[in-house]
Amino acid sequence: MAGLIQFTNESVSPGAETIRIAELPVSATTPVNDRGASVAPSLERVYRHRLPVRISHWLNVPVLIILIMSGFQIFNAHPALYWGDRSDRDWPLLSMLPVQTDSGEIKGITTILGHQFETTGVLGYSNGMVRGFPAWATVPSGKWLAMGRQWHLFFAWLFVINGLIFTAYALASRHATRDLIPTGKDWRGIGTSLKDHLLLRHPSGDEAKRYHVLQKLAYAMILFLVAPVIVLTGLAMSPTIDTAFPWLLTIFGGRQAARTLHFVACLSFVGFILIHVAQVILTGFFNNIRSMVTGWFTVRHEGVSYEA
Amino acid sequence: MKPERMERRRFLKGTLGAASLVALSGCDNLTQSSWFPSLLSKAEKFTEAAQRAVTPKDALAKEYREADISAIFPANGNTDPGTDAYAEHLAQNFSEWTLEVVGLVKTPRSWSLAALKELPFRTQITRHDCVEGWSALGKWSGVPIGDLMHQVEPSPNARYAVFHCADVDDEGIAYYESMALADCYHPQTILAYELNGVPLDVPHGAPLRLRCERQLGYKQAKYVMRIELVESLADIGGGKGGYWEDQGYEWYAGI
Repeated sequence: MAGLIQFTNESVSPGAETIRIAELPVSATTPVNDRGASVAPSLERVYRHRLPVRISHWLNVPVLIILIMSGFQIFNAHPALYWGDRSDRDWPLLSMLPVQTDSGEIKGITTILGHQFETTGVLGYSNGMVRGFPAWATVPSGKWLAMGRQWHLFFAWLFVINGLIFTAYALASRHATRDLIPTGKDWRGIGTSLKDHLLLRHPSGDEAKRYHVLQKLAYAMILFLVAPVIVLTGLAMSPTIDTAFPWLLTIFGGRQAARTLHFVACLSFVGFILIHVAQVILTGFFNNIRSMVTGWFTVRHEGVSYEA
Repeated sequence: MKPERMERRRFLKGTLGAASLVALSGCDNLTQSSWFPSLLSKAEKFTEAAQRAVTPKDALAKEYREADISAIFPANGNTDPGTDAYAEHLAQNFSEWTLEVVGLVKTPRSWSLAALKELPFRTQITRHDCVEGWSALGKWSGVPIGDLMHQVEPSPNARYAVFHCADVDDEGIAYYESMALADCYHPQTILAYELNGVPLDVPHGAPLRLRCERQLGYKQAKYVMRIELVESLADIGGGKGGYWEDQGYEWYAGI
């Protein structure tokens, strides 16, 4: 069988890019793995990511990092969020502000829905400077709104163009419907999948060839909900676009609400990226990276086959 | 150590090193280079072209209800021109204030503040979007600039209207702004003399300020004395079309 590599200790060091035995999911349809199985374990190479997806993915890495960091720079020019159309400064939903204590010390105070948190050194006040997000989290690092906007609006175009090409490809190639949208069977298995995830048990064998339900949900939500929302709320902050498409203000609840949702969508991206990178590392870093670079993903079969 | 593991370790180290380098110092180096900011600024023309393409010429900015007006309308930028000449105008309650419309026009004209107030006016409750991110709602009344343009008759080669203002900053740099002549004819582009039913106060730009509701706050020049129609912005101020533009903000402030 083409693409099937016999498992030997020479070709792959134990516990390297293959999925570890301990991570095998145990479910009713999966026979309990017998370590002494007479059928030899094998590696199968599968073509997992097609070229347009890989290009789109890697473009997004610098683009998203820059958008997030330049976005924090822009946020810092007025580090507070509101609902509706107006900024009523006494009623922010969130703010990151310096507060001087009786002893003269300056503290960074982050207020979320009326609850105050001391965030000195990170939010509100850092390195002796009054700023929402600290210098290490912004582009450029110094306080410079005009330059932050230049970065942000340039890379926003790259993000939108990349996103439109990806979406067209994902729909035309049926990547979206085939690989990303959860099926009925996926939904029914969501409990098991959730439990396996919390126990850090990851699919292997044939199960690892496709996305499982939580992965599909995460990707589909980011691609088809959070990404459109972040673009549309960005556009809703444009006074010109608001005259062309007044419904943007209506659906998001006003310009300041759009700004707040833009921020929430940004934090969703940050959360997604952190979990995504953690999962990439946990489920075989080298194999995952290679599959996103070359397209080829290695699946380890433990010497027993089973019907998925 | 097996060669593969070494390779992996080198790869990891390289990736992480490169990532942090790019994220932390790389961006700042690019910002300070000569070519990168000029590449970034190309997006502005793209944005302008795209926004103009999808926006009907006379599409109106949303107008709000009286109840929506901000209790406090913050005043940003220069909040007092601070010159002797302006102080004198203020003492005279702007009775000697004139607005000149000059440059590439058939008939240059000037109006006293009182004469402007005799002209047909427009009142609009609109949203002011500051480049910093906040918004405030106010009710503005003033003369549609398009009406003034019809009277002076711009020359065919006039492309921009430059707004010369009475304020100078701490370093003595005079404030000015500019907009495409075509945008002067938008129904909501007015020279406002009232905010929320009372004459403009000094922090908000007394006695006349520009309102072009489809762009950001820094385009809304205060203390307007003279409108000059020109073909090019290159020879005015820093050459970028406005006080803030000369400091790196986009001339096209539609987003």
